[in-house]
Amino acid sequence: MRSDPIVGVSVPRKEGRDKVTGQARYIDDMVLPDMLFGATVRSQIPRGRIKKITFGPGITWDEFVVVSAKDIPGKNCIALIVDDQPCLADGIVNHPEEPILLLAHPDRHVLPKAVAAVSIEYDPLPAVFTIEESECHSEIIWGADNTFKTYLVEKGDVDQVWGKADYIVEGEYQTGAQEQLYIENNGVIAAFDPEQGVTLWGSLQCPYYVHKALMTLCDLPADKVRVVQMETGGAFGGKEEYPSMIAGHAALLAIKFRRPVKIVYDRMEDMAATTKRHPSRTRHRTAVSRDGKILGGEIELTIDGGAYSTLSAVVLSRATIHAGGPYCWPNIRIRAKAVATNAPPHGAFRGFGAPQSIFAMERHMDRIARMLNLSPIEVRRRNFLKPGQMTTTEQTVREPINLNQLLDRALELSAYRSKRERFSKENVIGTTRKGMGVAAFLHGAGFTGSGERYLASVVGVEGCADGSVRVLVSSTEFGQGTNTVLCQIAAEALGLPYDSVQIAQPDTNQVPNSGPTVASRTAMVVGKLVQSAALGIQQTLTGCGMLGDAYAPEEFRAACQNYVAVHGPFRSWARYEAPRDVFWDDEKYRGEAYAAFAWAVYVAEVTVDLTTYSVSVNDFVALQEVGKVLHPVLATGQIVGGVAQGIGFALYEKVIWQNGRMQNNQMTNYIMPTSADLPSIRVFFEEMGNVHGAFGAKGIGELPMDGPAPAIVNAIEDALGISFDSIPLLPEDIFEAVSAKSLLEHRPHPTGGVR
Amino acid sequence: MRSDPADYELVAPRTLQAVVSLLAHEPGVWLIIAGGTDVMVQYAAGKLPARNLVSIWNLPELRRVEIFPDEISIGAGCTYTDLRQHVVIGRDFPLLVSAASWTGGIANQNRGTLGGNIVNASPAADSLPALLAYEAELVLVSVRGERRVAYGNFHTDYKKTELASDELIRAICLPRRFSGYLSHARKVGARNAQAISKVCMAALGRLAGDAVEDVRIAVGSVAPFPLRLAETERIVKGKPIEPSLVFLARNTAAAEVRPIDDIRSTARYRSAVVGNLVAEFLARLGAYEKKA
Amino acid sequence: MITPSGNRAKCELSVTVNGELKTVRAHPMERLLDVLRQQLGLTGAKEGCGEGECGSCSVLMDGALVNSCLIPVLQARGASIVTIEGVAEGPRLHELQQTFLECGGAQCGICTPGMILAAAHLLYKRPAPTVEEIREGLSGNLCRCTGYMQIFEAVAEAARRNATT
Repeated sequence: MRSDPIVGVSVPRKEGRDKVTGQARYIDDMVLPDMLFGATVRSQIPRGRIKKITFGPGITWDEFVVVSAKDIPGKNCIALIVDDQPCLADGIVNHPEEPILLLAHPDRHVLPKAVAAVSIEYDPLPAVFTIEESECHSEIIWGADNTFKTYLVEKGDVDQVWGKADYIVEGEYQTGAQEQLYIENNGVIAAFDPEQGVTLWGSLQCPYYVHKALMTLCDLPADKVRVVQMETGGAFGGKEEYPSMIAGHAALLAIKFRRPVKIVYDRMEDMAATTKRHPSRTRHRTAVSRDGKILGGEIELTIDGGAYSTLSAVVLSRATIHAGGPYCWPNIRIRAKAVATNAPPHGAFRGFGAPQSIFAMERHMDRIARMLNLSPIEVRRRNFLKPGQMTTTEQTVREPINLNQLLDRALELSAYRSKRERFSKENVIGTTRKGMGVAAFLHGAGFTGSGERYLASVVGVEGCADGSVRVLVSSTEFGQGTNTVLCQIAAEALGLPYDSVQIAQPDTNQVPNSGPTVASRTAMVVGKLVQSAALGIQQTLTGCGMLGDAYAPEEFRAACQNYVAVHGPFRSWARYEAPRDVFWDDEKYRGEAYAAFAWAVYVAEVTVDLTTYSVSVNDFVALQEVGKVLHPVLATGQIVGGVAQGIGFALYEKVIWQNGRMQNNQMTNYIMPTSADLPSIRVFFEEMGNVHGAFGAKGIGELPMDGPAPAIVNAIEDALGISFDSIPLLPEDIFEAVSAKSLLEHRPHPTGGVR
Repeated sequence: MRSDPADYELVAPRTLQAVVSLLAHEPGVWLIIAGGTDVMVQYAAGKLPARNLVSIWNLPELRRVEIFPDEISIGAGCTYTDLRQHVVIGRDFPLLVSAASWTGGIANQNRGTLGGNIVNASPAADSLPALLAYEAELVLVSVRGERRVAYGNFHTDYKKTELASDELIRAICLPRRFSGYLSHARKVGARNAQAISKVCMAALGRLAGDAVEDVRIAVGSVAPFPLRLAETERIVKGKPIEPSLVFLARNTAAAEVRPIDDIRSTARYRSAVVGNLVAEFLARLGAYEKKA
Repeated sequence: MITPSGNRAKCELSVTVNGELKTVRAHPMERLLDVLRQQLGLTGAKEGCGEGECGSCSVLMDGALVNSCLIPVLQARGASIVTIEGVAEGPRLHELQQTFLECGGAQCGICTPGMILAAAHLLYKRPAPTVEEIREGLSGNLCRCTGYMQIFEAVAEAARRNATT
């Protein structure tokens, strides 16, 4: 057997060479003969009835294919969970940018003019734009009461803690929408012929989600729909459910005109029309003892789902389960709801509800600290979960996690104490103020509760005719390292060199459904199945005597070639089986929410410039326990990239809404950090193993999104002595608060004097 | 990409003379495109009303820098990179070089031109406050010949300038008399690079003894066009820099500007930051040793 | 001179791309990005924003880093363009391509062609750049995946290796 380890080593990225040479093929690089280009005519109003559609002058309309709701062969919906979202609006629109008509033409350049020439008259209806407007029910825009979903989590007896509390601490925290801003816009190509059915190539995370949606929309059986993932230029959740919509559009055009159709959005359309992170509002009311221990509390959590339910129930679920943070809550009540507004539906974005509720929890811990005159560090120590204790959903912490030690290490790595001492002296002079902030959190990997059981993922490993091995999964690569990590796992399991393992392009005709590439589940859950399926290949070969129990890679190769020559196609399958000790009660929302949690403590150092009121993050320590680091370079890259997005979430990325439509839908005015804006982000790992994950791995893709925003806002409070409870936090917001504070304290502005 | 290239005409005459003749022959018809960093963005957004464009990119007559003893003449077609790389400009006109280094990223600096920045006349344009502080003069050319106008009078209203419909800027002239001045420039954007400014300032100052002998403070993004803070300059001139003066200057500056709320920022923020930037400049000036 | 819109003639022009002389037929206002991708089949340059903000369309034009989405092809007449496809020497990767692979500088890869060209342009002007100079040199190329650190490491490592050879 090969002796050098592969798992735990930074092997070359499987598709890396193609990426650095420009050979990697993304959807817009692909052209089919006779291909048309498609475009979408969208609603200009947030809510109303469509009265009249006019195809204006100046366009040779008979050159165009036009598709409307009445052309839909199957059901006019994007099949996902509740199936309330139409593929094309039929008489009623519920959000700006809602798709109404589709156009196609051989010349890409004439489409924008044609789209602009379609004029639509509406009878507007009153629209709802905020959580507050939605929950007051003055206008019902969805269902009976604008509510997509609610959850209630109860542990212990909250109502009896208030009388025993020495302090009752209240706070309200808000997070705004955030655009995923993958650098490659959404795009697909669809082709149709009556024999094969629909074939769809696209930039996407979940081929089988698209497959299911197209079956319903086009009224086609499973074997008449084929979905192929192309190289995907970033996703972050923004290509989890949305591609079903754009795929549906291209498919409808392809079906009507029997020619392949490419739809690729430009940046303005992608930003205005596709999903964003759910805005949130979280209210905490906590009973605390004099010595800083949480006795119990109530959390009221609301997320804004936009106009249709899409994935809001699932985002709400994760937000709810993470709302209590890594703390021991002897008594808690969490009331959570997802409400409708007349904005384009909000959707999956890395973290998926956890960044929102963890922001609130970690800001609230600092508020509790202030009320009690304890340090933010101390109040966390006194409440950290310990092994043997239960989370808010009564999941027992079974692994030997020591959050105090993790915190100690993070404080040491960030020089927290010595820096704060220095800053307290430096902050009295000059025009800058520096501060340090901490966030402690956890992130559950894999689908919640019974979700993985429901997914019943299947993975294949193939022994090929040339003796190499091929991994067959629908899990997609979009930068996070799926291809590399799954090949590492298979190679390690089989004792083969990394180069002798390949991975098939995710094509629903070729690969089984290993579940969606979301929820930080790929390395952990799918990886473990890859491990099993690979061992299945080995067992087959040794079982039939073609291979000894110990073997050299060349022997494996020969045995595999031999097997295929004799028996034909050689595949081993593994299907997910839920661990026996993982129980989840969907009714009471209680039990083992996730097979594994990763744990983290992040520390931010910030400088607030009182001349411009802008905040720079000068140093950032990201320390996390992740089970096992399968690939150091990839794992570090995930953390740094996630922290960068978290910094954007906190300080830069504001969606400016007007009547439900994003106004700043260009890269020039939706502000994402550049290389000049980010600090050195220092990443450290601890590895405690994980019996449920491949080689002990836990999921890490989303974890880094949860910590940066609260750590930064905590640091800003440390620097300025002003509490901010809403993100994104822009210089304009800091200016207003600093001015108000100066006014109250009759203090001159720091730059008023000569140095 | 929301425009159809088939709808547009673009010509690239080989000499400045040819461009000038074309503009005279069909005034108001031809839009000038230099590096394209403004025009092409509008074009891609489907928001370019002009259909006929004439390229002046890389015309040698527009892309040279001439050094004279008392002034330098910067060709309107000089790019931000050209400005950053020119030794004399760097030494004599640091405000301009700072502004050039803050405009977009390297790729946009390699194409964006000083003339284009002026003619596009965005109130947020990075290099314009420097030109005001240095009291630049523009050399405008048409079939009628050349004329010089003080840059301070060039902007008449939001995105409106003195340029006639058949004219273009040939050069920007800067007087070489600011060595010995303290230069102070600051751009406040939404991020550290690639940002449209919310407020920007270019300032020059010189002390005589303790008192302010001369001061020029120009600001961008706080009015329909870049502005010299004439009132603030007036109250500061001749006075020693003390906390009370700085306080007064800050408030005068904040009141002198006419910022708006827009997609990038708020009027209140912009006013306050202008005040802070003036205070910051004066603090630096107060500590500055006059060079012999 | 003024012809009705929609009927503007295409023009023929020569441009050198990756060392080869090419003749293209295009409307003068076609974007260099589109001509490279669609006529010349060089799909390495990408459209991320169409407004010169993201840099994923970056190419070298006469040695200068430019955003090809902002260049009308007529202005590229006679110029020498280098795209990502011209960076490697046959099967031998450029130092930067090698270090991007080793250091994790490419995740989803969509910004990578432009980023590598921006880095190559930087190293040509500054063979031994400081971290600040790397930050500034790449500040016009947006990456959403990496948070930039491993990209900086790749550039610094390539500079180090160039210095020792």
